[in-house]
Amino acid sequence: MADAGWRRLGAFFFGEGWFPSSGQFSLLAMLWATLAASVGALLIAVPLGVLSAVFSRFYSPRWLVTPMRKVMVMLAGIPSVVYGLWGLTVLVPLIGRWEPPGASLFSAILILALMILPTVALTSEAALATVSTANLQGAAALGLSRKGIVFGVALPSARVGILTGALLAAMRALGETMAVLMVAGNVVQTPSSLFDPVRTLTANIALEMPYAAGDHRAALFASGFLLMLIVTLLAWLASRGGVHEHA
Amino acid sequence: MLKRQAYLNDQLLTFAVWFSAALVIGVFVWILSDLTFHGIAKLNWSFLVSAPENAGRDGGIGPILVSTLLILGVALLATIPLGLGTAVYLSEYTARGGALARFIGMSLDMLAGVPSIVFGLFGNAFFCIWLGLGFSILSGGLTLACMMLPIFIRSTESGLASVAIEWRHGASALGLTRAAALWHVLLPASAPAITAGLMLSIGRALAETAALIFTSGYVDRMPDSLSDSGRALSVHIYDLSMNVTGGDESAYGAALVLIVLLVVINGVAASLSDRFLRLRITTL
Repeated sequence: MADAGWRRLGAFFFGEGWFPSSGQFSLLAMLWATLAASVGALLIAVPLGVLSAVFSRFYSPRWLVTPMRKVMVMLAGIPSVVYGLWGLTVLVPLIGRWEPPGASLFSAILILALMILPTVALTSEAALATVSTANLQGAAALGLSRKGIVFGVALPSARVGILTGALLAAMRALGETMAVLMVAGNVVQTPSSLFDPVRTLTANIALEMPYAAGDHRAALFASGFLLMLIVTLLAWLASRGGVHEHA
Repeated sequence: MLKRQAYLNDQLLTFAVWFSAALVIGVFVWILSDLTFHGIAKLNWSFLVSAPENAGRDGGIGPILVSTLLILGVALLATIPLGLGTAVYLSEYTARGGALARFIGMSLDMLAGVPSIVFGLFGNAFFCIWLGLGFSILSGGLTLACMMLPIFIRSTESGLASVAIEWRHGASALGLTRAAALWHVLLPASAPAITAGLMLSIGRALAETAALIFTSGYVDRMPDSLSDSGRALSVHIYDLSMNVTGGDESAYGAALVLIVLLVVINGVAASLSDRFLRLRITTL
C-alpha cells in the first residue's frame, strides 16, 4: 500500500510530464518555472529595493523622502492584473523585438520584480529606521565615511528586518498568479534559457481549473497544496526571524 | 593610493544608490503615465454606466461595476461581524498568549500568506460545489471574505490592544459591565484602527483577480440576484487583455478606474491611521 503511494507521489514529481488527457501529472517542470521566476525576481528586486531604501534614509534630499514613500505605498497596492496588463502590452512586445516571442521567463521575472520591489523597499526602509541614531552618530564620530556608516553599521544592524522583508516578497512572488499568467507564455516546459516561455504552478491552476475534472482536478488541488506548503515554510522562517530580532 | 581607492569606492557606491533610486522612480513613472494616458482616452461618464458591447471592446463597464460592488458588499457583510467578533475575543475575552489565542493567531498569520489562487481553489470546492452556490456573486464574495479576515482581525485586534489600560480601569470603576465597556469605550476608542483595517482589506479585495475567476465567474450581464454570476472589474481587465483581441484600450480604461478607486481607498486608510496614531499619543 505505502509503496504504491510513494510510487504515485514519485510520479507526481518525476513522471513523464504534464499531459492531463493521458493521466500524466508531473508538476516538476512547472515547479522549476515557479522557482526560477521567483528567484530571478528576488535577484533583481532585493538589491534595487535595499539600495533605494538606503537612498531614502541616507542620500535623498529631504523633500523627496515622503513623496517617494507615498508612491511606494501606492505601487504596493496596484492590482497584479494591472501589472500584467502593462507587461503584456508594453514589456512583452519590447522583449519580443529583441528576442522573440517575448512572452517568456524573462518577462515574468521583470514583472514579478516590479511587483515585489515596493515590498522590499518599504520593509528595508522600516528596518533601517530602527537602527539607533546613537550607533550611527558613533560611527560618524569615529570618522567612518558615509559608505562605512551605511555598509558597516546600518545595513548589518537592519539585516534581520531586511531578510524578513525579502521572505515576504518571496511569498508574494511564489503565489502570484495573474501577472505571471499574462506575460510568461504558458508553455509547460522546464526552462532552459531566460527567453523560454514557461508556465508556473499558479498559472496552471488558473488556466485549467475551469474545465478540469476527476484526477486532473485533484492534481490541480495538489499543486495548490504544494504552493501552500512552500509559502507556509517561508512564513515560518520569517516569523522565526522576527523572534530573533526581538530577543 | 589607498586613500584614492577608498574615495573611488565611496563615489561608486553613491552612484549605485542614486542610480537605483532613479531607476526605480523612472520605471514607475513610466508605468503610471502609460496607464493614465491610455486609460484617460477611454474614460467618460458613458463608459462608467453603459453595458459592455462586442465582448467589451466597445461600450462601458456599468454592469461590471455593479457586480464588483455587490461582491464587495457580500464580502464586507461576512467579514465585519466575524472579524469584529474574533478580534474582540482575542483581545478581551481570552488570555493573551494562551493556547487557543496562540493557535488562532498562528492560523491567521498562515492564512494571510496563502496565495490568492489557493483561496480560489478552496472557494470553488467549498462555496460553489459543496454548498451548491455555483458560480455566483455570493461564492465570490464569501471567498474574498476569507482573504480579508486575517488583515481585518489583526488590525482590529491591535487597535483594541492599544486602548490605554486606564480606560478599562475607569470603565470598571464606573460599574460598567464587560459588554458595556466594550460597546461604549473600547470599540469607539479603536474605531479609526478598525476602519483603517477595513479599508486595507477592501483594497486587497478590489485588487483580487485569481480568487474570483472560478468562484464568481465571467458573465458580464447586469446581475439579477446574488446567485447570478458576475464579473468583477479585475476579471474584466484580465479577460479583455488576454482573451479579446483589440480589447486593450478598454482594459486600460477599466484599469484606470480600478486604480483611482484604490488610491482613494488607500488615502482614506492612511488618513484614518494617522488620526489613530495621534489619538493614541494624546490618550497616553
